[in-house]
Amino acid sequence: MIVDIAKTFPGRLTVEAAFRLPLDPPSVLILFGPSGSGKTTVLRCLAGLEWPERGTIRFGEATWLDCATGENLPAQRRGIGYMSQDYALFPTYSVAGNIAFGLSDVPPRERSRRVAEVIALLHLQGLEQVKPQQLSGGQQQRVALARALARHPHLLLLDEPLSALDVPTRGKVRAELGKLLRDLRIPSIVVTHDWEDALALGDRMVVVHEGRVVQEGTPQDVFNRPRDADVAKIVGMESVIPGRIVAASNGLLMVEAAGLRLQAVGEGEAGENVFACIRAEDIVLEPAGGGATSARNRLAGVVREVLPRGALVQVIVDCGPVLSAIVTRSAVEDLHLMPGAAVAAVVKAGAVHLIPRREERHA
Amino acid sequence: MNWIAIWVTFKLATLTALILVLIGLPLAYWVSFSRWRWKFLVESVVALPLVLPPTVLGFYILVAIGPHSPIGRWYADLVGHPLPFTFEGLLVASVLYSLPFAVQPFASAFDQVDRRVIEAAWTLGVSRLKTFFKLIIPMATAGVVTGFVLSFAHTLGEFGVVLMVGGNIEGETRTVSIDIYDEVQALNYAGAAKTALFLLAVSYSVLLAVYAVNRKVWAVWSQK
Repeated sequence: MIVDIAKTFPGRLTVEAAFRLPLDPPSVLILFGPSGSGKTTVLRCLAGLEWPERGTIRFGEATWLDCATGENLPAQRRGIGYMSQDYALFPTYSVAGNIAFGLSDVPPRERSRRVAEVIALLHLQGLEQVKPQQLSGGQQQRVALARALARHPHLLLLDEPLSALDVPTRGKVRAELGKLLRDLRIPSIVVTHDWEDALALGDRMVVVHEGRVVQEGTPQDVFNRPRDADVAKIVGMESVIPGRIVAASNGLLMVEAAGLRLQAVGEGEAGENVFACIRAEDIVLEPAGGGATSARNRLAGVVREVLPRGALVQVIVDCGPVLSAIVTRSAVEDLHLMPGAAVAAVVKAGAVHLIPRREERHA
Repeated sequence: MNWIAIWVTFKLATLTALILVLIGLPLAYWVSFSRWRWKFLVESVVALPLVLPPTVLGFYILVAIGPHSPIGRWYADLVGHPLPFTFEGLLVASVLYSLPFAVQPFASAFDQVDRRVIEAAWTLGVSRLKTFFKLIIPMATAGVVTGFVLSFAHTLGEFGVVLMVGGNIEGETRTVSIDIYDEVQALNYAGAAKTALFLLAVSYSVLLAVYAVNRKVWAVWSQK
């Protein structure tokens, strides 16, 4: 899928986006950016709900939009599954009615088979006759997803699929959605401003800022190596290390990541693939050597780069995996931090966030 | 009481309200959903009967459907008699006169329908027409009922337009309000009072129905 579009709303910024989405094997693309960056506009253009004034959208062999020739395939004929941020369920229809709404061109027997199929897929059994207003946020999200999937779409467009949920539900639903996208193998584009969503769901990631694509790559790459200070500010400076849980006891998890052993607090089982994520401000740098500390992770490393970031300094430390720490200028002077210096990076177990990682990644 | 006048009045009000549903729904859909920048020009024309004196509106309609206008001549050629001072002429006038009473409730009900819900239907491959009947109308039921009832009630009580366009022909264009006027002119106050009370009772019941429908607890789409 090839997208290259520009859309202007009077009095607001112009949104310009150009990116590709590999369809075979199907992959999940994250459109990442702060609110107001224009990522929802891009998604609505792909769905056929906004008309860009310039550009093209091609999906496989088909042309969905070509502003030069005036071609514009209506939303009804794009064969997409689109889910808006607030789910937009039909209040006058039951759960089953919502799901069957787009299937009126399907013969009745096939229609009920498809409804039953997605109801089972999204664990909605028993809720068929319930009206949307009576459902919890998580259930509404599953109904909206079921409705989009019932038509067997060629492309799934999800606008902030998790942001309407409260925090405890969100983590659980995120893991379920990640598994579902993995199993379905439908090309998908997910809009989010949440780095946990991006890591848990995405194969590739496009960062949008002020209506422009500022970086593209795998989520891990983008978080580890933001191209400039703007991107770093948007994604938050994270060290993201792929690893695997090797032991779990008393809520403490042992993660093996790139030859290192990290301790983390959280839930998970031994054998699970994860990303170990550490915020740059949670990493303490100490002189090499040194004694015992209450922090569970003490990693010996070598300073690779020292990058001024305003009042603070970003220090890139190679401990096997590369970590990014943020410290004050005076700390840099006191510790004599310069490329080649030996340091220890200290991280509390509670500062290591684990995000479920997809096993096979087709980037 | 003049039962013939009551029959004419109810026939006129029912037909007017039905025609206004047919004309008003598409017009209200356009008013609610169009992004055309000059839309307000059309909205103002639709609202005009609210402020125009009925005699002025009646005068223009009379001229427009009379034998000296192209429309009037075309109609007279088609059916063999001119439109003014007939029931059909009165019907045309009533539809125009009550237009805002149908279109405005319809349009404001459509305005309340979440656009994202409508877009969700489109992305599911459902055409705009099907989305209108299967989704928008059920979500706007209260507004559609209100528009129907208000245009019905408004037609029951019209006087100026009827006098201008319909005249006062027993069994054809003499409506209840004209009948009351005639009774008073003939100093038959008792007859006028009976008919007036009847019209008051009907109007009040009709408005009761409107307010009942618009109470959220009874609206079909908000059952919990």
